[in-house]
Amino acid sequence: MINIIENKCDYCGACVTVCPKDCIEVVEPSINIDHKLCIDCDLCVYICPIEVLTND
Amino acid sequence: MIKDSYDVVVVGGGPAGSMSAIEIAKAGYSVCILEKDREIGTPVRCGEAIGHTGLNQFFKPKKNWIASEICGVNLIAPNEISVGVDFKSETGYILNRKFFDYDLSKIAVENGADVFTKSYVTDLIISEDYVNGVVVKYMGDEINIKSKLVIGADGLESRVGRIAGIKTSVRMKDMESCLQYSVANIDVESNKMTMFIGEKYAPGGYLWIFPKGNNCANIGIGISGKFSKHKSAKKYLDEFIERKFPGVSILTIVSGGVPCSKPIREPVANGIMLVGDAAHQINPMTGGGIASGMRGGQIAGEIAVKSLEVNDFSKKYLNSYSKKMFKIFGKNHDRFYRIKETVNQLTDDDLNYIATQASKIPENKRTITSIFKHAVYKKPSIIFDVLKVFAGI
Repeated sequence: MINIIENKCDYCGACVTVCPKDCIEVVEPSINIDHKLCIDCDLCVYICPIEVLTND
Repeated sequence: MIKDSYDVVVVGGGPAGSMSAIEIAKAGYSVCILEKDREIGTPVRCGEAIGHTGLNQFFKPKKNWIASEICGVNLIAPNEISVGVDFKSETGYILNRKFFDYDLSKIAVENGADVFTKSYVTDLIISEDYVNGVVVKYMGDEINIKSKLVIGADGLESRVGRIAGIKTSVRMKDMESCLQYSVANIDVESNKMTMFIGEKYAPGGYLWIFPKGNNCANIGIGISGKFSKHKSAKKYLDEFIERKFPGVSILTIVSGGVPCSKPIREPVANGIMLVGDAAHQINPMTGGGIASGMRGGQIAGEIAVKSLEVNDFSKKYLNSYSKKMFKIFGKNHDRFYRIKETVNQLTDDDLNYIATQASKIPENKRTITSIFKHAVYKKPSIIFDVLKVFAGI
């Protein structure tokens, strides 16, 4: 499952743009992932410039 | 105060959105800009570089828009060989986007537009397959605003574009993962930008130093999504700064994504057009998008006026915007994309060889074109593209 490190996000939207399932929503000051739609492809983890997202 | 209906609602108060609003307001139609942040111009999610022609085609720059004037670039290869190039006819600027964006929105207001900040568009009003308004959270209240047309200038992830069903997603290989620090206490030439190229610095992208005067600069990096899996943009940038500029202070951190694909071919749907980053109006080789986004905003504004005159907001009618954009930018974007793909295939050894060759060209004969001719030596078919896009530079 994709985890978000609280308070680290800069709300740039890079993750939203690469998400193939369109399941990430960045509404400053929060970032939400719809885990029901998420397929754990990890693209959001890889594109984030500042390592806000992790998958374990 | 915010009204419950406008001819056009522009979502996003960056340069592209303001350009649309200026065109629409000038023609006498009612238009508002809804900006999600509390202030137009911040945060600055941009390297802030723009060419002289790129800016002056729209406005004569005001003094406080310009942080520094740029007359050349130092290209640094992985082996640290530096190849300096003087820009001949086409000089450039590093902007203060904070003041620039603010003033553009003021120009929109002077022409009759309304601007509202802290206005977050959460949804579109859609009826009978047409976008005809937005739902906005304005200072905590949720308000419906009706409009004949919506212009989405809401950046890379374009929320309104996605709600309208326009495909805005970008493939990983075409997405640049970017991070920039605005630093103080850096000793760099004030009128030259520096770009570090190669896998060592920034795989599938480049690392830039754009001077902003008074020993300040934007130091940033973009790496391709194809390579960002094992090491993040932040790790690359921090290692570079630690190695090269350990004494700087970081005054601003800003992250971002830059789509270095081709622009969205048809960034329209019934009742809506996308402009700027939302429509991926970005040079895929440089990642620069201020001037092309402004042109996109301006043309969308012109088409919006025409659509209001004939009362036709169909996708079919609005596609005249797509067609005009493609006519102006299409071929060059394709060329830049092909050059990018070719350059990205070069290894650090290739780049070292190219830098060595290029540094042998006498300085007064060294141009961007002459360097890129060396850079694409492995794929001669690209030379025609190089000659076309860099003509005159």
